Amino acid sequence: MFHPFQRLNEAAKRAVQGVQSYFVLAWNAIRFTVARPFYGGDVIQQMDAIGVQSLGIVLLTGFFTGMVLALQFSVQMAQFGATMYLGRLVTASMIRELGPVLAGLMVAGRVGSGIAAEIGSMRVTEQIDALNTLGTDPIKKLVTPRLLAALVMLPVLTILADLVGIFGGNVIASLYVGIPASLYWRTVWEQIAAGGFVLHYIPTDFIQGLFKPFVFGALIAITGCYFGLETSGGTEGVGRSTTRTVVTASVLILTTDYFMTQILLYILP
Amino acid sequence: MTDDRVREEAADDEPLLARGIEHRSAREEARPGRAGAGSPDATPVIELSHVYLSFAAPLLDDISLAVARGETLVIAGESGTGKSTILKLILRLLVPDRGEIRIDGERINDLSFEEALEVRQKMGMVFQGAALFDSMTVFENVAYPLREHTDLDDDAIEERVRQKLEYVDLDPDKVMQQLPAELSGGMRKRVGIARGIANDPAILLYDEPTSGLDPLTTGTISRLIRKLQREKGVSSVVVSHDMRSAFSIATRIALLAKRRIAFLGTPDEMAATQDYYIRDFLGDL
Repeated sequence: MFHPFQRLNEAAKRAVQGVQSYFVLAWNAIRFTVARPFYGGDVIQQMDAIGVQSLGIVLLTGFFTGMVLALQFSVQMAQFGATMYLGRLVTASMIRELGPVLAGLMVAGRVGSGIAAEIGSMRVTEQIDALNTLGTDPIKKLVTPRLLAALVMLPVLTILADLVGIFGGNVIASLYVGIPASLYWRTVWEQIAAGGFVLHYIPTDFIQGLFKPFVFGALIAITGCYFGLETSGGTEGVGRSTTRTVVTASVLILTTDYFMTQILLYILP
Repeated sequence: MTDDRVREEAADDEPLLARGIEHRSAREEARPGRAGAGSPDATPVIELSHVYLSFAAPLLDDISLAVARGETLVIAGESGTGKSTILKLILRLLVPDRGEIRIDGERINDLSFEEALEVRQKMGMVFQGAALFDSMTVFENVAYPLREHTDLDDDAIEERVRQKLEYVDLDPDKVMQQLPAELSGGMRKRVGIARGIANDPAILLYDEPTSGLDPLTTGTISRLIRKLQREKGVSSVVVSHDMRSAFSIATRIALLAKRRIAFLGTPDEMAATQDYYIRDFLGDL
């Protein structure tokens, strides 16, 4: 029978080992991006699975988020007679925060769980062992392509979510609030230009908005692969890994978002 | 034990022979050209010396085994006795707590992960559930080790895949484009063997190759294992608790019990033993 402190000690050890394994996996996945053989076909396949197949859900959530933002802001801003600045608020919110975070959460739910389920099933049906015995490093074959695909596709999805979100704001601004589209889009541009430009052409808000999904992509891919590879206990274990992936990736996205915002606001106010 | 005694014991095991099991006699083992356990050119291709392994509790204690070139060693035992773990040790997927493992004379205990991948290329593995890659067709599965480790062009790979599928009695034109989910259990096992031998490895490891199969398919798989030994001279380690199949394919049988090797000898010697546990394990055989 274990003493309570002994149990606590064991649990703490497991947690530390888990974090260590997570970072070792991440490091190896990054290291293998420049190692041979390079599984280019798998990267393309994963870009399709992570990016193209997530397009619908990301565009849909982006569009409705833009609309609901415009709706809420219009009510508040009407009290100060400032509804003309609706485009600025919707743009700032979408590009800086909601575009990256919503795209990240959507992809974590759809893709992160899929990665964990696929790799977890491979683990419990000995396909991972089969890769090992066939002389293939499973991290090189399974994790690195998913990491690279997520690093490329998350920023792309975020840009598209931002665009349709701002467009959704335009729909509400025109149809519900009565702001002409020309005025709305002018204020959108004013917001983009207000933060200044990096290297003369790249709006500062874009840097903020695109750095985040890059990090979120890595978090989703590594978390899904980590829990997938750690799967044990048959099909029930696959279910557990899937749930853990979605919860962990979502929490990581929201917490790192806060810290990244703090840092980015300090560097690029 | 004298030859006469062996023959007498074998006669006592009439039901075993009456059921059509191709039981190898000690005389057959001694045939020239076969690298059996006792043959003079029997250099071990796989060697485990005093291997100990524990997880939460001790699993293997002082295991010593040697597999000679061209030999088929069956490791039998109750579930949970560490049979499959021995295969993982040979593949260097696990490292023993103590003891030494050698493949072709090379000590593999201290190899790095990358070096272990190279050693594994000398071996083919047939998994219990075949472990075919779900997302790949039969062709892609069998071609996988060729694409990974050879410079063969697409035509040569296709030719080799066809050869291997025909070798395991599958019609390449019928199965090559099928997904593993579309195959029966026996077909999946045979595709697993085709993938295992795609690179013509010198060593083949089988984890429960006949579990979950009907008696006819079990016979087909057993014949295939014998054919690989006979025609290709492959050294094999077969983990199984299907003793009927084990008797038909084994050069020698090792029985694991209570973390140790309780018996190591030819099928004849096993059939002849009076050890209570072994007789109980063999049951009606």
